[in-house]
Amino acid sequence: MPQITCQNLTLGYEGKTVISDLSFAVGTGDYLCIVGENGSGKSTLMKTILGLKAPMSGQVLTGGGLSPTEIGYLPQQTVVQKDFPASVREVVRSGCLNRCGIRPFYSRAEKQMAEENMKKLDIANLARRCYRELSGGQQQRVLLARALCATGKILLLDEPVAGLDPKATADMYELIETLNNGGITIIMISHDINAATKYASHILHLGAAFFFGTKLDYLDRSGGCA
Amino acid sequence: MIAIIDKLVEFFQYEFVQYAMLVGVLISLSSALLGVTLVLKRFSFIGDGLSHVAFGTMAIAGALGLVANLILVLPVTIVCSIFLMKTGQNAKIKGDAALAMLSVGSLGIGYLVMNMFSKSSNLSGDVCATLFGSRSILTLSHSDIWLCIILSVLVASMFILFYHKIFSVTFDEDFTTAIGVRAKTYNLIFAIVIAIVIVLAMRLVGALLVSALVIFPALSAMRVFKSFFSVTVCSVMLAVVCTSLGILASIVAETPVGATIVAVDVACFVVFSLTGFVLRRG
Repeated sequence: MPQITCQNLTLGYEGKTVISDLSFAVGTGDYLCIVGENGSGKSTLMKTILGLKAPMSGQVLTGGGLSPTEIGYLPQQTVVQKDFPASVREVVRSGCLNRCGIRPFYSRAEKQMAEENMKKLDIANLARRCYRELSGGQQQRVLLARALCATGKILLLDEPVAGLDPKATADMYELIETLNNGGITIIMISHDINAATKYASHILHLGAAFFFGTKLDYLDRSGGCA
Repeated sequence: MIAIIDKLVEFFQYEFVQYAMLVGVLISLSSALLGVTLVLKRFSFIGDGLSHVAFGTMAIAGALGLVANLILVLPVTIVCSIFLMKTGQNAKIKGDAALAMLSVGSLGIGYLVMNMFSKSSNLSGDVCATLFGSRSILTLSHSDIWLCIILSVLVASMFILFYHKIFSVTFDEDFTTAIGVRAKTYNLIFAIVIAIVIVLAMRLVGALLVSALVIFPALSAMRVFKSFFSVTVCSVMLAVVCTSLGILASIVAETPVGATIVAVDVACFVVFSLTGFVLRRG
């Protein structure tokens, strides 16, 4: 059973339709890359899947034991975060909030989980550092660790390598692949078609040249020269 | 020096000085708690805007002959606060324009209404008192003091209970909503609380200076500290210390209470900025 099913989604803003009648499904362990030109609705689609935006019509269903609040999200950096005084540990722990409910403080297990996720992403040594003083690659790892605290099942990544240097970009892709191999479903927005066809199992191409299917079909269709 | 201490000891025997101190400390504590989030959310100016709204509403309440003007002032300020916090999230209507419009608009209308309908013989004195803080901090009634204590306890407990949620909503609202925390509800509660605190704090320093209580402690703390927790703790302590010093200084030097507190806050900001600069260099 697929974890996320989008049925006949029509998306847009201010009455303008960007995507119409889109249907696709993402299964457990899939690695889906969403590609497409600027303005083709990639971010809008992601926000709809996350429940941040309501679709104009159609629906997003979760299944396969996934609850709608168990979706980890790696957003693009915001201006607010650029000079936000927060330690790495504070940011990572905030991923545990969906387990808290109305309980005001984190439990020992949740704190432990935050520490483990920091170790997993190799940022345990940065725990006390200030988030705004880290490099771009380190910041992305912190946000990824936070997302992993929220879920161990599925991650939605909005251009995770935007603004990173080549080395950090390669590291980031490798890290995401490792997480995917560990059983976490990945849905990623990307501008980089080469990376998409290298790592993804499925491709969703929005815009005029619409496509949804496996990577192999995508490569076949575009004549093997993506 | 001894003369000053003697003078302070003498003043502290008066009940009204003790009350002024208590209320001043409580109000600045509450505003500092909210200030950290407001500054980070780019809402530093909201204190100013809302207090002008409160000023305008007070003038209208006065013209209508309402004695207990809080009945009108609080709801109007709360509604404006919710409206401002909402537009801030919407990129299309710029939050700063809405804020500036509301701020100067209500200031102007407030003064106009006061001029047209005031029966007071000392109009400019009244206006000045509302804008720059009056001596009313020194003439508090028992019900004022209780109101202030209850509200400060509410603000502080709300902040402690929702501390982690407030942090997360401020740092990344989208992420927090995506993992199922009701960020919108927290924003709404926050907007209501900030309006209440600002209306209360206006008495202490007046409508024009109330932003200072909200932003200075947080800004000073951010020069030096680097985690949300340490910034919050530091700004609360700074707020309490600066307000106490300000009230004491104003008693000794017989200066206006509000302006003196703000002057101390400014001095403190300079000291912390320099400290932060030295720490980064060293």
